[in-house]
This record gives sequence, structure tokens and C-alpha cells, in this order.
Amino acid sequence: MAYPMYEVDWSVLPPEQNRRFNPAFNIATIKQVVNEAIERVRMQTPTRLRDLIRQIRAARTAAEERSVVNKECAYIRSTFREEDSVWRCRNIAKLLYIHMLGYPAHFGQLECLKLIASPRFTDKRVGYLGAMLLLDERQDVHLLITNCLKNDLNSNTQFVVGLALCTLGAIASPEMARDLASEVERLIKSPNAYIKKKAALCAFRIIRRVPDLMEMFLPATRSLLTEKNHGVLITGVTLITEMCENSPDTLNHFKKESGQREIVPNLVRILKNLILAGYSPEHDVSGVSDPFLQVKILRLLRILGKNDAEASEAMNDILAQVATNTETSKNVGNTILYETVLSIMDIKSESSLRVLAINILGRFLLNNDKNIRYVALNTLLRTVHVDTSAVQRHRTTILECLKDPDVSIRRRAMELSFALINSQNIRAMMKELLLFLERSDPEFKAHCSSAMVLAAERYAPSSKWHLDTLFQVLLKAGNYLRDDTVSSTLQIVSAAPGERQAYAAMRLWSSLERSAVCADATEKQPLVQVAAWTIGEYGDMLVSEASNAISMVDDDGVDDFTRPSEEYVIDIYQKLLWSTQLSITTKEYLLLSLAKLSTRLTTKPSQDKIRVIIDTFGSHIHIELQQRGVELSQLYKQYAHLRPALLERMPPMEAGAPEHDAEPEHDKPPPEQDALLDLIIGSEPLSNGDMEHAPAPPTNNNSTTNDILDLLSGLDLSTPSVPTPTTAVSVTNNNMATPSLLLDGLFAPAQPPVQPQETVVRALERNGVLVELVAQRGGDTAALTMRARSSASTTITDFLFQAAVPRTFRLDMMSPSGTVLTPQGEITQLLKITNPSKTPLRLRIRVSYNIDGNPILEQAEVNNFPPDLFN
Amino acid sequence: MMQFMLLFSRQGKLRLQKWYVAHPDKLKKKITRELITTVLARKPKMCSFLEWKDVKVVYKRYASLYFCCAMEQEDNELLTLELIHRYVELLDKYFGSVCELDIIFNFEKAYFILDELVLGGELQETSKKNVLKAIAAQDLLQEDLNDGLIH
Repeated sequence: MAYPMYEVDWSVLPPEQNRRFNPAFNIATIKQVVNEAIERVRMQTPTRLRDLIRQIRAARTAAEERSVVNKECAYIRSTFREEDSVWRCRNIAKLLYIHMLGYPAHFGQLECLKLIASPRFTDKRVGYLGAMLLLDERQDVHLLITNCLKNDLNSNTQFVVGLALCTLGAIASPEMARDLASEVERLIKSPNAYIKKKAALCAFRIIRRVPDLMEMFLPATRSLLTEKNHGVLITGVTLITEMCENSPDTLNHFKKESGQREIVPNLVRILKNLILAGYSPEHDVSGVSDPFLQVKILRLLRILGKNDAEASEAMNDILAQVATNTETSKNVGNTILYETVLSIMDIKSESSLRVLAINILGRFLLNNDKNIRYVALNTLLRTVHVDTSAVQRHRTTILECLKDPDVSIRRRAMELSFALINSQNIRAMMKELLLFLERSDPEFKAHCSSAMVLAAERYAPSSKWHLDTLFQVLLKAGNYLRDDTVSSTLQIVSAAPGERQAYAAMRLWSSLERSAVCADATEKQPLVQVAAWTIGEYGDMLVSEASNAISMVDDDGVDDFTRPSEEYVIDIYQKLLWSTQLSITTKEYLLLSLAKLSTRLTTKPSQDKIRVIIDTFGSHIHIELQQRGVELSQLYKQYAHLRPALLERMPPMEAGAPEHDAEPEHDKPPPEQDALLDLIIGSEPLSNGDMEHAPAPPTNNNSTTNDILDLLSGLDLSTPSVPTPTTAVSVTNNNMATPSLLLDGLFAPAQPPVQPQETVVRALERNGVLVELVAQRGGDTAALTMRARSSASTTITDFLFQAAVPRTFRLDMMSPSGTVLTPQGEITQLLKITNPSKTPLRLRIRVSYNIDGNPILEQAEVNNFPPDLFN
Repeated sequence: MMQFMLLFSRQGKLRLQKWYVAHPDKLKKKITRELITTVLARKPKMCSFLEWKDVKVVYKRYASLYFCCAMEQEDNELLTLELIHRYVELLDKYFGSVCELDIIFNFEKAYFILDELVLGGELQETSKKNVLKAIAAQDLLQEDLNDGLIH
């Protein structure tokens, strides 16, 4: 047994501290040695670790491996009962290997404790390793370890102390942290650099776990930055960094220290020494002296200089020096430059320094190493909003990165591109982005397309370009578009001038036709929906001769548009409608669009063809389409006279907030109108507040409206009745302003309308049931009393009155007085309507009741309220 | 701060796992499995960084072993690559031209070396010489009375 030989210059410790391990010639040691020798002779030694590993690796099947492992585990468990086993560390080492393979090993936790408590260094080493692997905060065994740790933290052997500190740093729970914090604090002050550095990091972890304990470590940190030892320096900087990030008060505390301990000058000094010092073999990495320490210091400087002009001033020079003098040929140099750039951007640096930083990032973008490119894009993304003009210079390179094979780089380049779009570069950027969109993964498409639509809207140089771009986005984003893109596109088309609408119809026709012919319409359903709507609205312009006048030259300078015949248009529609792969929504769009085309395409064969197609949908298996088929068919039969008016061109839609843009064919009525609105009209729900039914010109056309409502509620009423507009109110715009004196006498003095406080509006009169609304003015909120009277001969039961208002209004309905209407009886119900936007009130009402056992349902729209109801 | 480090082979077999955050065993297994699958699926041309859950993963392949570190958001990714390289250099120096088998059969030594380089998820020693010296001294302490007790 050879005594350990130690080198004279033990550079980890100063010589006077070097405690030589002296296996004492005392009884205890001799006993131990003799016992071990006896055990070795007596007992069969357990399998060596490497033999077990060989056995397991030699297993050819998972079952074989399992049997080897189970056998060994059983053996190991059986040895646990032994008091003092010399082989315990070997058994636990084997157990740890088994654990790494994925098998459960929790039964070994207590054994680890026994190992840790053993005086043997090997035992401790393996025991602590086991503790770090098998225990984590959640186990109960934890508390038992605390005692062992405390003992070992006070050991005379530095390596034992080191083991304890390492374990504490890895698995400290809040309780353990609290218990042992004072020990750690004492050890930070140790003269032994080996222990000092470990204690500093252990303190770092304790503070992470229990931030309250930070205070007690503050005094000990004072001396850390004046050390020469790099290990102590780097761990000291780490600890101080954590403290400063933890609390702003501590940050200020560090800044306030004066004299020798001023932190910023101290750090600058250390950094300077690292850069300017000559070659130091111990810390050199590819020509850079201790890059790890440099980066840590730069990071701490960043935290100190943030929002602090004075501190930033003090570090300006060193940052500039590092930025200009660092070698960039190896990764090390770039690592330091990266950290420097981050620091420059975060503190209050001079503008020249910031430009320098951005240029460094620009150079990074051209680097062959993809990691460097990634890092550059990431950093640029963080800083683009602050220094946009500086970043613009690198726009071309960023666009190149859109084609990078690595997905993370592509994603960052995309984000950055969107941040850089402005009115000057929008055309070029969009071109690249469209290419990117086409080839990108599905996860990008939704986000990318939305951002592109937004950017197009903000910076579109011309409306034609805007439409073209939108169509391209629709084409390339396929099915991954966000829901509101379709409606916003439709809104833009509808608001465009007539010629533009024709152009849109023609462009979209090309796409629609191509997708039908190539049978890939199922991949581009939003596009199909937009195309269907547009062609439905403006199909007449599409097929007319006048379309020849519109230039269809696209970006590549090619005009390959051929004006379709009416028959061809219908054929394409048929093809799409019959396709089994299009969604119901898309077919709904197509069907309604086809119906509209029946008024746009005027030749009789076209109309007949359309009729046939619509009729077939009347027996479609899907209820939505069937309903539409049936109802649209009616437009050819009983209500053919209504068709042109009903399917007239829509007036321009107003761009509302996204949730207001209801797709015309998609019914998303506000809840209170649910019962009262019907899909088929194809109009915006009243939610927009200023749009009437598509076909109905404003208010006066009550009879037509009622007809439609009758039609759609499926009732068969013999007499379409018309609610008599009351004459109680004059509709002329006689606001109460005094007539101008000039005009006084020129015209007959305008009669101020009779403005009774109460106005009676007749809402509905049918079947002997009269429903009136008594309106009472009241500022923003008007009170309407519904009064239902019956002149029928029998009692009416289950009387229910429902009302709906446009979205800008608010309606509160109180409980009705009853539901039974006796002859000559009356039911009243109070309604409160709030009108913050002061728009004229339109009310839709529905009345349902039972009379003579027959259920009756009536609907009406009431528009003839006094205009000053809400004054 | 490093949250964890994993070493695994090209077949997805775990060779070393060092955790600096407290997760229950089941969660550790799940994370390990998922991360290994994700990293192994990466193509060679892709960069060494990926965002995964709320953590930055930095990985590098040395021969048949993947070295994979999970860092927090503020950490310098390029520096982590340097750290991984430093660890590999230390293993190389210690084992003499290290290969995967060395790490398989002497996994506890690989852990010991890592524990001298990183403590609590942060770097504790920047001098290669010092790390190796400390390891050598501890090995000596170990072998003193306990020849071949583990192996």
C-alpha cells in the first residue's frame, strides 16, 4: 500500500494550507483494514461494475436485459441489511448505472445516506453522486441528508467539503438552504480558493431557492472581486450578478460602494487585464484569455449599466475596446463579441457604439457559421424597434436568411422582415415574403399571412397592388389563413371602385378556374370563398365585353387572361360544387354566388342551367346546403319576381373592427337577434348598424321586407299586411334649431313637429292582434311599452313578444304582464333601449302565440320611430 | 444557469444526465425522452440551438455522442458551446483520447469531472489544469485504501 505522493507546489492551495493525508497508525484504522481483508477473503465479492455493464450490453433482447437487471437489483437489495459493507459503494455504483438505463432505483436512497455518512472518501464520493441522482427536493430522505452535509461542510479535508458543497448546490431544497446557509456563508470567507469558489456558487443556488436569504451573503461578496484566482472571480461575478438581478436595492447597494470596492471600475480593470495581458496558458482558449470570465463580466456590466448613464459612461471605453479588438476567426471571439453587443444595446451607450454593435451583427449575418447567423438574427430582433434605420442597412442579408435551410433561422428572419417593412421597401419585401410564404411550413403560414395582410394594408402603394398582393397571399397561404382574412378581403373588394371590382373578379376567376381544373381547390378554400363571392357580385363585368378593356398584365409581364363564356363559368361552378373535398362553408359561398349569377348572367340557357343546379341542392344530404337549395329554388318559382332585387349588388361594406365583419354567407348574428335574422337574405346582420338588407333600399320598402320575412319564416299568409306608418310623427328633418333668420319668411315657416312626450307606434296588426309600441323619450335611454291588444273572439295563450335591435343599441326587456290575451284584453311589456351612438332606431319584432290551438308566428320591422326619440 | 445536461448516443441511449433543477423522476424521464427525440431529428445542416418549451437547448455532436445542455433565456448560447467543448477536452485529457465506451464504463468518473467544472448549473473553474489537478488528487484519496473497490 503506497502512501500518496503529493507534489510540492500544490497550486490549488497555498503550501501552508496543504494538509497531507496521513493515514494514522492508530487502532481504528488498523481495525478497519483488517476487517476489510477478512471480508474480502470470507465473502464472495459482488459483481464488479464493469462486469455488470458488460453483461447488460451483451443482452440481445430487452427481456434478457431486464432479467439481468432484476437479478442484480435483488442481490443489491439483499446486501442492504448488512451493517458495514465494504462493497456498498460498488453496489450503489451498479445501482446508479441501472438507474441511468431507466429502471427504478428509489430503494437505494437510504443506502446513499449510509455511504455519505461513512468516513471513507470513496464512499462519500459515490454516496453524494447517488444523492444527486436519486434524490430530488421531493423526497423525504432529504432532511436526513442535512445532518451529513453539515458535518462534511466542517470537514478538514477540502475535497469532502467540496463534495458537500457540490451536492448542496445541486439539490438544495428551501429547508436545506435555510438550515445550511450560515455554513456556506462561513465557507465563502475561507482562505482556500478551492472552497471559496464552490461556496460562492452554492450561495448562488441558495439565493435562487430562497431569495430572502440574500442579505446574509452580502458582506461576504465584498472581497470576491479583488481575488486573483479566476475560479473565485468567475463564481464571485456569478453570485453578484444573481444578487443584482434579484433585487434593485442590492443593485444600488453594489453601485454605491466607494473606494477600492467600486464595482464598475473593478470589473473594468479585471476585463482590461484579461484583454491586455499576455498569453496565459492556463486560461487561454484559441488566443483569447479566459473567455468565460470575460463574458460573465460583460453580463454583469450590462446589468449595472442599464438605465444608469453614469455607469454606462464608465464602461464605454472598455466595451469599444473589446468590440474592436477581439479576434473573430474562432467561435470564442464571436462569443465575446456577441455578449458585448448585447451589453451595448442594453445600456445607455453612445450612438457611435450602438452603430458599431449593429455593424458587428451585420457581419455576423454574413458569417458561414449558422450558429452565428442565428445569434445575430435573434439579437437584431430584440433591437430592431430601437434602432430601425441602422438595421435597415442589413435588409438584403436578412431577406437572404429567409431561404436558410434551418427553420429557426427562417423564423427569425421572417419576424425581422416584418419589423423592417416600411412604405419605401414594401414592394421588394412583399415579393420575397410571398416566395417565403409559398415554401414555408404550415406552422408559419398562418402567422406569416396575417402579418402580410396587415403590412399590405398599412403600406400599400396603390389599391391595385393591394388587391394583387391580397390575392397572392390567399393563393399561397392555402388553408392556413386566419379566419378574418377572408372577410377583410371581401370588404376591400366591395369598397373598391367599379373598375377595380371588375379587375378583381377577373383575377380571381383565373385562380378559381385553375384550381378547379387542377383539382386542388381543396387546398385553397379561403381563396375559393373570396373568388366565389367576388364573381357572384361582379360576374356580369367578368363576362361582358367591357372586360377586354381592363389590363390583366401581371408582375411577370404576362397577360394570359381569357374571358370566359357564361356557360364555362357555370361549368366551373358545377365542378366545384360537386367536388367531394370542399368544405360546406365553401360550398355555401359557391351556391349563393351561383344564385347571384342568375341575375348577372342574363342569357336564358345560363339561367336554366343555374336553376337546375340549385334545384339539385334541394335534396342535398347536408341540412345547411339543402336549406339553401330549397330556399333559392323558391326564387325561381313563386318569388321569381323578387329575385333581381333580392340578389342585387351589395353596397360597399364598411370596415369594422374584426369581429364586426361577419362573412355575408356565414351567419354569426348577435345573440339577441338569433331568433329574428335569417341567413338567406345574405345581408350583414344589423350589427353593422348602418346596413340594410341587401336588396331592400332604405326603410320605405316595408312591404317588400315583410314579404321576404313572410317567405322566410315559412308562413303562408293570405294577406301580406303592411304596418301603417303612423302619421303621428313627421319625418322631416326639423331639428329644433331655429330656422335661420335669412330664410325666415322665404319659406313657409317649418312646422315644428308635434313632439308629444309619448308617441305611439303601431308595430304589428294581424289576425285581430294589435301590437303597439308606446315610446317615451328619455335622453340616451328611451322606454318603450309594448301593448298588445286582441280583438279576436277567442282567448290567445302563450303570447310571447321578442325584439331585437341593431348592434349599436342596447335593449333591456322587462317581464311581460302576462302571456294570456283575452278578447279585449291587453298585455304590456316594458322595453328600455339605450342608444349611445344616436343612430335612428330600427326594431325587429317577433310575436308568437296560440289561438284556437294553432300556433301563430309573426315578424315585423318597425322603423318609424320619431327621430328624436333619444334626445 | 444550466438546467440540465444530457449525453446520449445516436441510438438515443442515455449515457449521462445531470439535473440542476428539481423535477420528479417521471417528469425527468419525459423531458429526456422528448428532448432526445427532438435533437436526433435535427438535420446536420441546422444550427446548434433550438427553443424548446421555455428553455434554450444547445447541443453538439462529438463522434457518436450528443452533448445537450438546457440553458435559461438570458444565457449566452455561444458560450455554452464553449463550455461543452471544455468538458469534452477535460474528458479527453483524463481518459486519453476519450471515446463513448470510456464514458459508458466509467460513467461515475465522467460525473466527477463534470462536478469539478460546473456547480449548481454555473461554471466554477476556468482553468483546465486546476480541474484536472483536483480530480487527480481525489482519485488518489480514493485509491489510497480502496484499491479497485468500485470497479
